[in-house]
Amino acid sequence: MAKTHVTMTVNGQAVEGLVEPRTLLIHFLRDTLNLTGPHIGCETSHCGACTVDLDGQSIKSCTMFAVQAEGADVLTIEGVANPDGTLHALQEGFREMHGLQCGFCTPGMIVRAYRLLQENPNPTEDEIRMGISGNLCRCTGYQNIVAAIQFAAARLNAPALQEQAA
Amino acid sequence: MIPATFAYHRPNSVSEAIALLAELGEEARPLAGGHSLIPMMKLRLATPVALVDLGGIADLRGIRRNADSVHIGATTTMAELIGSAELAAAIPIIRETALVVADPQVRARGTLGGNVANGDPGNDMPALMQCLGASYLVAGPAGARDLPARDFYQGAYFTSLLPGEVVTGIRIPLPAAGHGYAYTKLKRKVGDYATAAAAVILTFHGGRIAHCAIGLTNVGDTPLFAEDAAAILTGSALDAATVDRAVAAAEAITSPASDGRGPAAYRTKMAGVMLRRALARAAARATQ
Repeated sequence: MAKTHVTMTVNGQAVEGLVEPRTLLIHFLRDTLNLTGPHIGCETSHCGACTVDLDGQSIKSCTMFAVQAEGADVLTIEGVANPDGTLHALQEGFREMHGLQCGFCTPGMIVRAYRLLQENPNPTEDEIRMGISGNLCRCTGYQNIVAAIQFAAARLNAPALQEQAA
Repeated sequence: MIPATFAYHRPNSVSEAIALLAELGEEARPLAGGHSLIPMMKLRLATPVALVDLGGIADLRGIRRNADSVHIGATTTMAELIGSAELAAAIPIIRETALVVADPQVRARGTLGGNVANGDPGNDMPALMQCLGASYLVAGPAGARDLPARDFYQGAYFTSLLPGEVVTGIRIPLPAAGHGYAYTKLKRKVGDYATAAAAVILTFHGGRIAHCAIGLTNVGDTPLFAEDAAAILTGSALDAATVDRAVAAAEAITSPASDGRGPAAYRTKMAGVMLRRALARAAARATQ
């Protein structure tokens, strides 16, 4: 099968590659770009371990062909940290609040939470739980994942609150 | 899991897509959000030789309110349905239904056109479109035609679409001002297909039901338009005895499979329970 040339932006970098039409986005990210943060979990569009951000939306990269992402702007867990290399508030939150045990779901969970907090900067606990309902975790029981996202929301909202107070 | 090989086409217009599908033949499939087709391809339950990706056709996307109806482009996603304030004001039951489809990531990609055209009895939108009296706008090699949602579904994954035809949009008549609505869905977990679900639209006049429409999801090979149940309710004040008769009439047209969601008899009863709850919620929302 003839290969197709694809170009996209991944974590702020212009990338390109040759793919078969049947190459899933997750395989392009992991096998061609060596970005192994997004994981392959269930492979049936359920678990969310492969979640990446694509043009401002959370998507499951196992349920999309790389050719469909032509020209797209993609963010994976590898691009979440602050430009100076310090941890993003969500990464800090998952560490501080014990938001992971085995860690398999964590990249998808954090990238999903990153978009959730853009959509809704101050979510209730219920909104967080519904917001991450496309991401399965088999270790934590979700309690500390919710706490980690609440930690990050508070941290990200703090400068705004300080400005309001001033 | 890796799909079988296929050729990929990404046309920029509907006419180009129709021409491609005609040229490529019956083993080619249109691709919208891909959240039914791609999983099927990964399992090799679907092995199209070519995909015609509708994602590059700007005309197929968007929501437009007309004088007496709303037009929704086929590749408009569930997330876009949820995010449209105009749609939420005009036909709020669509947002209520879209919110219980799958999960946020799936809703970001899954489209209304794909949901209604695939013919999967588990999908939520077909019964809702029947309840709302929607029409599917279809384009194909022989031209364009409108297919009422209530006549569209022939069996599981079997619809009135002819080879080479694609759904380009959905036209939904505006429900009457002051209408009540509800979509109630029983599911085992977030993201699951319905064990049973019910869509209800109704209006009251002088304390009695002037108009009522009911759709049922995933309790048969097709979505079910519960015409007899709605007729029983029309003219009533939604008293308990009449609701009981309507629920019995709705249960009578179900023929669910016994599967992981429960035995058939249970799912039939749950369709009745979902209808009962949808009626109560719709009535509470309606202008009496």
